[in-house]
Amino acid sequence: MYTIRELAFPGTAEEALSLLRKGRNNVILGGGCWLALGRRRYGVGIDLSRLGLDAIRREGDELVLGGSATLRALEKNGDACALFGGILSHCVRPIVGVQLRSRATVGGSVYARFGFSDPLTALLCLDCTVELAGEGTVPLEVFAARPAVERDIVTGVRIRIEDRATAMETMRLTATDLPILTAAVSRLGKDWRVVVGARPGRPVRVPGVEAALAHGASPAQAGRLAAEGLTFGSDLRAGREYRALLAETLVARCAARVEQEVSR
Amino acid sequence: MNLELTLNGRPWKGEASPSQTLLDFLRAQGLASVKRGCDTENCGLCTVWVDDAPVLSCSYLACRATGRRVTTLEGVEEQAADLGRFLAARGAEQCGFCSPGFLMTVLALRRELPHPTREEVRAYLAGNLCRCSGYTAQMDAVCAWLEVEE
Repeated sequence: MYTIRELAFPGTAEEALSLLRKGRNNVILGGGCWLALGRRRYGVGIDLSRLGLDAIRREGDELVLGGSATLRALEKNGDACALFGGILSHCVRPIVGVQLRSRATVGGSVYARFGFSDPLTALLCLDCTVELAGEGTVPLEVFAARPAVERDIVTGVRIRIEDRATAMETMRLTATDLPILTAAVSRLGKDWRVVVGARPGRPVRVPGVEAALAHGASPAQAGRLAAEGLTFGSDLRAGREYRALLAETLVARCAARVEQEVSR
Repeated sequence: MNLELTLNGRPWKGEASPSQTLLDFLRAQGLASVKRGCDTENCGLCTVWVDDAPVLSCSYLACRATGRRVTTLEGVEEQAADLGRFLAARGAEQCGFCSPGFLMTVLALRRELPHPTREEVRAYLAGNLCRCSGYTAQMDAVCAWLEVEE
């Protein structure tokens, strides 16, 4: 478990950002779930719960997920269940248990850019931007590719509401473990998005596969291209070769489901 | 630092170290139902409610609960005793060490999902591990209890 010297409850995002940047050892406390697995000593722990960032709401043609909205709130939210084929609600359900999801936050999941992140995989196959307290709005794809070192705060994620067909598949060795591969596919007209994560590297889009699908490639071909076009690694949960095979299967399954959905 | 919260329905005011976990804080108050298990957010033994949501107290800083309602098994003793007896009568527990966390999660489920399917019950309880029951008897007993409650 981590330790902190002091706990602060800032009243505004600006105040929180200023506190964060005041000391190199200060830390933002989202849900605190990942931090709790380490033993690091921090200076000021900055609790964001008084910033009013826990809402999930529609704003015009966007769905806005507050940075402090919990994964459990996302799982149960009516819009998250109804829009984008329910992928936002579906993607968090396998994450450990209700107790953890009642604390883990959208902002923490996006900011940390974990390779195994189910929500990041799902969000990358939608049209999203990230709102940062300091930097402002950044496309999620750009943010997801950066090293997770900036001293900033994810205050929200904005998702363009579109009639996008989606499908997501993950593979886990046991039901509540971290995934050993995640795949998500979405389609809006000719615009395909294919995302593969837990390679074990971060979730990334696979433009070659997206272009192939747009030009009529079959789901099976898309799966093979994903397996060939991405790099995979080994860790204690799965080997590189196994992950490549999983990517081929899961991408093919997702693409087939999306095709089915669109043809309905 | 100062800590003010509602603990099992009663106001509590005092001091806590910024790094003290809710688990340690609660046990220091004599609330021994809150068990230390894996300490890695996997087993659900330390489950308590914060503002009625089940959370893992092993990794929740006590000071973050300031201004909130914290409930342990001692705060829902009557309901928990009824449920505990029901589960025991159905052979759904063995050593009982995981029972307090398990009961807190089942009671939260009952409040949150009025008519859950078996699959929803299974998903809701996925964060509570038990090393001796094998889960089948637990699932059967919880589903039977939910039916009786309805």
